Amino acid sequence: MFPAAFDYERVDSVAEAVERLTAHAEAGRETELLAGGHGLVPAMKAGDRAPEVVVDLDADELIGVTEREGGLVVGALTTYAALADSDLVRDRAPVLADAVAEVGDVQIRNRGTLGGNLVEAHPAADPPAAVLAADATLVLVGPDGDREVSAADFFVDERETIVEPAEVLTEIRVPSAVRADAAYLRRTHPATGYALVGVAAVLDRDGETVTDARVAATGAVERAVRLPAVERALTGGPADGDARAAAAADAGADLAAERFRSDPSVSGEFRQQLLETYVEWALAAAVA
Amino acid sequence: MADHDITLTVNGTAESLTVESRTLLVHALRDDLGYTAPNVGCESGKCGACTVSLDGDAVKSCTILAVEADGSEVRTAGALADETDGELHPIQAAFHEEHGLQCGYCTPGMLMTTEELLAENPSPSRAEIRRALKGNVCRCTGYGNIVDAVETAAERVDGGETTATDGGRVDGRPESAEGE
Repeated sequence: MFPAAFDYERVDSVAEAVERLTAHAEAGRETELLAGGHGLVPAMKAGDRAPEVVVDLDADELIGVTEREGGLVVGALTTYAALADSDLVRDRAPVLADAVAEVGDVQIRNRGTLGGNLVEAHPAADPPAAVLAADATLVLVGPDGDREVSAADFFVDERETIVEPAEVLTEIRVPSAVRADAAYLRRTHPATGYALVGVAAVLDRDGETVTDARVAATGAVERAVRLPAVERALTGGPADGDARAAAAADAGADLAAERFRSDPSVSGEFRQQLLETYVEWALAAAVA
Repeated sequence: MADHDITLTVNGTAESLTVESRTLLVHALRDDLGYTAPNVGCESGKCGACTVSLDGDAVKSCTILAVEADGSEVRTAGALADETDGELHPIQAAFHEEHGLQCGYCTPGMLMTTEELLAENPSPSRAEIRRALKGNVCRCTGYGNIVDAVETAAERVDGGETTATDGGRVDGRPESAEGE
């Protein structure tokens, strides 16, 4: 399998990437930005995507994890492997550490990037649920400057985000969850290796009382989503076994049955059942 | 620009070549340069037969454009055995002795993923070995012997302490120090 022919351009800065993307958009040339390439290249090989131009973003400024005001600033080109190995991420954003460690396999984690993953918006990828539960803010840079977007507003539909054609996702800012209880848990799809259902949970507690709960799911419906009914059920009470089970029973409350993804291996009904189970297990893992 | 002049260092040798934008690294290595250790299996990034080390990281060379790798250092399973006398690398020897292969098609990829695993985790548990080899598919062995082989290799490589002097010997032959 070979990709269809295309023009390749390598850029080493965000400014240059925005400039190229803007020029190509104005010229009406279909353009893809290459981050780690592990979503894009397989799609091009399969013929699902055939851009006229691939702009390879090779910007060192977007690689790495730094601390800011107790939280993290993750460069969009930081690989899953680098995140999974980072003590800072383990300490400050444990839900993200858990989720990136589940992605694909060693070779994919060595090459794939967090920013690339989020912009791909695969409906069953692990990181989108984690950035939702971590309450991350995403920074987009475009021809008219930059804007900050809550992860909750970033994912629009299956493989669709709010990123405009000439915009580049540059940073993922994650508030510190150093004192929170957090976990990401998933059931792996037997054929695709993606999540059948994955649940990310972050709980802030004051003593035994949950003061804030952020629970997000991937794999279940067309995009990663927060589960507000679960979060409401938990907030203000304890996170003991009964409370977790009661909250998990609300897992599908915000999601119309027809939104659940279905494929030849796994029905939507089964995903719906798995979602409740994995919400309960993720909550248990978070407070364990 | 659909054609690009690139340079790679492959198994220590500087190479210059011209590739199309769409040429995959595995095809540049195999078809343009003749490094045939990485195999083309599933072509969709799942099987790991094309695994090589790119600047020290195990990657699937069918999922990387050759032009992306411009200026990089590539190491294939072809570099594992001793260049002068062909003596097997300890990881290769362990796969041989433990019957960690049958048809051998997946083996070059298995070896390169194992090399990275042992560099990062010199004493992996069997669960860690299985987790590390998740991206390398074998349709012959059922994996049991492969896990045995990696365990055996780990005992011999011993945290990168392998030397050609003594200690970890394979079949009475001194081990190669290559790959550390």
